[in-house]
Formats: sequence, structure tokens, C-alpha cells
Amino acid sequence: MEEFIYFFSFQDPNVLMVVTGIVLLSISTAMVGTFTFLDKKALVGDAISHAVLPGVCLAFMLSGSKNPYWIVSGAFVTGALSTYAITWVSNYTKLKEDTVIASVLSIFFGVGIVMMTQLQQTGNASLSGLDHFIFGNAISIVGQDLWVYGFLALAIIIVILLFYKEFQLMVFNRSFAESIGLPVKRLEFLFNSLMVLAVVTGIQAIGVVLMAALLITPAAAAKFWTNRLSIMLLIAVIFSVISGIVGAYISFVLPHMPTGPWVVIVLSLIAFLSFFFSTKKGILTKWIAKRNYQRKIHRDHILKALFAANEKGKEGLATPDVHANFPGKSFRTQSAINKLEKNNYITESQSVISLTQQGLKEAGRIVRLHRLWELYMTEYMNIAPDHVHDSAEKLEHIITPELEKQLDKNLNFPQEDPHQSIIPRDQDKS
Amino acid sequence: MSFDPNAFLIITTGSMIAISCGLLGVFLMLRKMAMTGDAISHAVLPGIVIAFLVSGSRHGLTMVIGAGLVGIIATVFIEYLSNKAKLQSDASIGITFTSLFAIGIIMITFLANEIDLDQDCVLYGEIAYVPIDLWITGTGKIMGPRVTYLSLINMVLVIGFVTVFFKELKISTFDKEFAATIGLSTVGVNYALMGMVSYTTVSSFEAVGAILVVALMVVPPATAYLWTKNLYKLIRLTVILGVVISFLGYYLAYFLNSSIAGAMATVAGFFFFTTVILQHKQIPRIKKKLAKAKPSIK
Repeated sequence: MEEFIYFFSFQDPNVLMVVTGIVLLSISTAMVGTFTFLDKKALVGDAISHAVLPGVCLAFMLSGSKNPYWIVSGAFVTGALSTYAITWVSNYTKLKEDTVIASVLSIFFGVGIVMMTQLQQTGNASLSGLDHFIFGNAISIVGQDLWVYGFLALAIIIVILLFYKEFQLMVFNRSFAESIGLPVKRLEFLFNSLMVLAVVTGIQAIGVVLMAALLITPAAAAKFWTNRLSIMLLIAVIFSVISGIVGAYISFVLPHMPTGPWVVIVLSLIAFLSFFFSTKKGILTKWIAKRNYQRKIHRDHILKALFAANEKGKEGLATPDVHANFPGKSFRTQSAINKLEKNNYITESQSVISLTQQGLKEAGRIVRLHRLWELYMTEYMNIAPDHVHDSAEKLEHIITPELEKQLDKNLNFPQEDPHQSIIPRDQDKS
Repeated sequence: MSFDPNAFLIITTGSMIAISCGLLGVFLMLRKMAMTGDAISHAVLPGIVIAFLVSGSRHGLTMVIGAGLVGIIATVFIEYLSNKAKLQSDASIGITFTSLFAIGIIMITFLANEIDLDQDCVLYGEIAYVPIDLWITGTGKIMGPRVTYLSLINMVLVIGFVTVFFKELKISTFDKEFAATIGLSTVGVNYALMGMVSYTTVSSFEAVGAILVVALMVVPPATAYLWTKNLYKLIRLTVILGVVISFLGYYLAYFLNSSIAGAMATVAGFFFFTTVILQHKQIPRIKKKLAKAKPSIK
């Protein structure tokens, strides 16, 4: 707890610096990542992050120190080279883009490792901490590095905000952007540079292997909450910032822990929660909606069966007969019956189920929709009466009252359906 | 150059790994699953750590089972995210492998004092240790380098898998609908292939590291694919390339005194980019450019 207060009160200027740095980094990568995600280029980020390794090593070789200017420039050069190689190879060969990405990624990383093993043999003491570039450790960044990375992240954020409209057009409607005279090629170049820069600023804090997650995951999670780009950007930024701070805090409390993996874990957790519980597109939300719909269908069918019995002049149906209508679904049928009884649609006495007044009205409504639709199909679509049942079986559950009125009006308030069954009318209304 | 038994061992082991990876890689590439292979090679990490905790050793069946299971779970997860959550497939691959890899790294860091497994060995591997890492039987008899045996077994299994299921692999790769129509379990074939990929990753990661497995899995088939369209030729070329890469890779590393696996990937990259440049379509284009450029120089 003490550490918690110490960390979050920011009394230590180093902590404050690191947190500021990681917040800026999270914002810039989340923003760039949202556009790459929408542009379906998520894995290019992965390739870039692996491809910066030879650049970092090259910078070490040339400068002999961990000077951030050199490292950023070196990483930028090979990162940019990898994006260029990916575009070039996928344009000029028959190879699929994912094969090209995987090839470029592993080749650049292999070259990086060769250079790294070379460097390690020189025994230069200033090279210690080189492995931070692989797994990332935000706490290890201090002083000058932080200014450079922070400044770059800020620059990325500003450029994206300035070119927000242009990038939006480029991602969503490329041909339109071209037709109104936007320099799409140059914009793309600018955007690719931003993407490489975003990866470069993150490598020391997050590490090359996991940097891809910072680009992909916030955007993917945000996509589940909104369809609007501006809101999606905001949500992605918030998710990313939260994970960045939590990751930095954990590696502060447990000093031997690398920051990158923890940031990624928190991010993934947020993403998976979004996938399951988001109110719009979450897996759980969709599942519940689907289950409710299936229950409604089942309920409707039971009511219809009872209505049919009623039309034949029977008082009700025996419970086993209702169950027999839906073979293999007795559990579901029973729960539907219980629910209908609770809602006062049916009554059950001595194993005979009969409709109440209210139930008769509801069942009549469903049958009316079914028969109206059948009539509509035969009258307006010229479909033979014996082919309209299946369609009506689906539509009877989803026709809204407004649509019902429209149908009724267009068909001139019919009395009978194509099979000469009487269309039940709601007595209260007429 | 005199015969060096260590070099021979390393090159042989490297070749066998390259052959196993390349054979599976051909199908991964043709199925447009190159990045899934990359994802699996990262994602097996937690499986390796758990298996290590259970069995207490870096060798043996537990490791293979652990990693194989996690590899298949990763595949299932990727499919689940893209089918059920309607997430675009590159994003589901990215999210799945980064989160599993992060979990693996954290597990290793937590257990750093208890287990003999470090982050670096997962990433790079060290094939140079092959000659000194010997398999010693209970009676103290030295049977030879352990990793060589492992990669031999792996290669035999992969060749067996590809030979036995060649028809199934071919049909489900090129015509999924037809395969499903004739009653072939495309899902089964897919998971069998992913299982083999996970197993190969695990058995090779000690030697060449997780990311370089991908280099051997994707780059030789991609290079070979630029030369031929015939599946048999593609497989043959891939195998030859694998052997050449490990041979040249070893000597490159020898002269540079660097990581052998990294050098193998570098050589593979050299072949890849040279092929792309030499590609028949490319040469006329360059000639045309040169022809155009000449008058302007005058």
C-alpha cells in the first residue's frame, strides 16, 4: 500500500517522468493503432516492431552507446525499410501479404539477432540493458531518453490530430480521397512513418516482441463499443493509458519484472472483457439476444398450437400433447409453459392447458401475422399458396405493429388467408 | 577445410529442423496461415513453462504435450475470435499471440529462481550447444547429442505426417468445399496440422528459438513458391533450400562469430530477396527502366 501511495502521489520525479512518458506513448500508439486496425494492417505493426531490432543494434555499433537519438534513427531506418519491403514484395510477386509479412519479420529479426550476438562479444559495458529492447522495461528509461521518446510521442499525437480528416478519408474511402484531390500516396507515406515512429518510441518501454499488442489490442477492444471513429479513438486511448500506467506500476513494485508483458496482459484483459460484455457486439450480449429470441419463438409456437386447438373447438390441449409437439425439447417446453402461466396467458388444470382471454388475444395476434404474411406473399409476390408457409413461420415473430397495420391496409383488411383459414381479428380494436 | 564433426552435427541438426519446418510451412503458406504459424510459435511459451513446472525437465513428452495443447488452444482461440466475435482475422491473431506470449514471459520471470529456463533461450535458442548437450543413458553410456535425436524424431514424424495425410492436406488446402463434400474433416486436418506446427516449434525452439522457427517455416517455402507452382517441386525446393540455408548459415555464423540461428535466417532472407529481385517479371521491368533511362543520360 505504501508503494501504491508513493507511486501514485508522484512525489518521486522519476516516477512522474516515467508515467508521463508511458501515458504519451500509450496515447500515440493507440491512435496510430486505431487507424492501422481499420486499414486492416494490424500485423504490419508486428513486422515493424521486430524489424527495429537490427536498427537498434546498428545504432549501437555506430555510436557505441545507448544514445537515444542514434537508437531512434537506427530503429526508424530499418523499421521503415521493412514496411517498404512488405509493400514492394507483395506488389511485385504472387506471394500473399501474410506470407510476406511473416518472411520480412523473421528475416529482419534474424539479422538483428546476428548483430546483437556480435555486439555482445565486444564486451562493451555500456551495452548492458540491451535486452530491454526485447522485453521492455519502462522503469529503465530515464533522463534524456525520456525527453526524446516523450517528444516523439507528442509529435505523433499532434500530427494525427492535424491530419485527422485526411487519415479518416484515406482509411475509409480511398478512392473518394483520391478523387477530391488528396495526395493519398504522400499521406500514406506520412502515416507509415508515424506507424514506424510509434513502434520506435515504444520499444524500450514495451519491447520489440510485444509492441504489436499496443497497436492492435486497444483498437480491437474499442471497436466493440462504438462505430464512430472519434469515440473509438478516445476509448482506445483510455484503455491504452490504463494498461500503460498499471504496467509501469507493476514493474516499479516488482523491479525484475519487465513492463511490456504486464501492459499487454492488462490490455488483453480489457479486450477480452470487451469482446464478451460489450453492450453492442459482445459475445455474451449476442448470445443472450439469440437465446431470448429462441425462447420467444418457442413460446409463440406453443401459443399457436393452443390456438389451433381452440379453432377446432377444443377447450385446450393435454400437457403431454404439447410436449409431443416439440420432440426432444421437453425441458425448454416446460420452462416456456411455466413462463406463460406466470404471465397469465394460459391456465393448466388436470394436465390440460388452455388459453386465458389474454392468451387468446396474444395467440390470435401471432396467427394473424402469420396469415397476413401468407396472403401478402400470394397477392403481391405471386407465390403459390403452398410455398408461403415457411416464410410466414419466420416472419410471424418479428413483424412490428406498424408493419402489421400497413399489411392490413394494403391487403384491404382481409378475412381469410390463402388457405381459407379465417384471419383472427382483435375484438377490442375493431 | 578439414572435416569438423561438430560442424557436421550442427549442420545436420539445422537441416533436419529446416526440413521439418519447411514441409509444414509449405502448407501453412498455401493455406494463407503464415501468420498463424508465427502466432503459434509465440503462443506455445506458457505451455512450455507449465510443462516445465509439471515435469521439472526441459526434455521429454510433457513439454511436447504442453506446448502442443497450448498451440491448438491458440488456434481455436483465433478462430473463435474471428468467427464468434467477428474480429478481423489479423487482429485476432495479434491479440491471441501477444497475450499468450506475455503470460509466458511473466511466468518465466516469476519462476526465474526455480527453473532453468530464461527469456533469451526462448527467443534465440542456441544450436551451437548441440555437440556438448549429450544424451546420457541411465547406465552412463553416452548416446550422442540429444537435440539431434529430437530433431531427427521430429523430422521423421513430420515427413510421416505429410506422407500419410498428403492427399487430405492437398485437397483441404486447395479446395476446402470439395474436401468437405467428400466427407473429409477439414477441421480435423487443420488441427492436426496446427498440432504438428506446435510440436515442431517446441522441439526446435531450444535450437533455433521461437521467432527463427518462423523464418525456417515461412521463408524457404515463400522463396520456393516464387520459382514453381507445382506442389511436388515446391516441396522438393523447400527441402533443398532448408539444407542449403543451414549449411551456409553455419559458415556465416562461423566467420562472423555470431548466433547460428540468426545467421540461418539471414541467409534465408538473402535467398528470399534475391529471388524476388530475380523474379522473371521483375527483370524485363528493370531492363525497360534502364532502356528508358539511357537516352536521358545522353
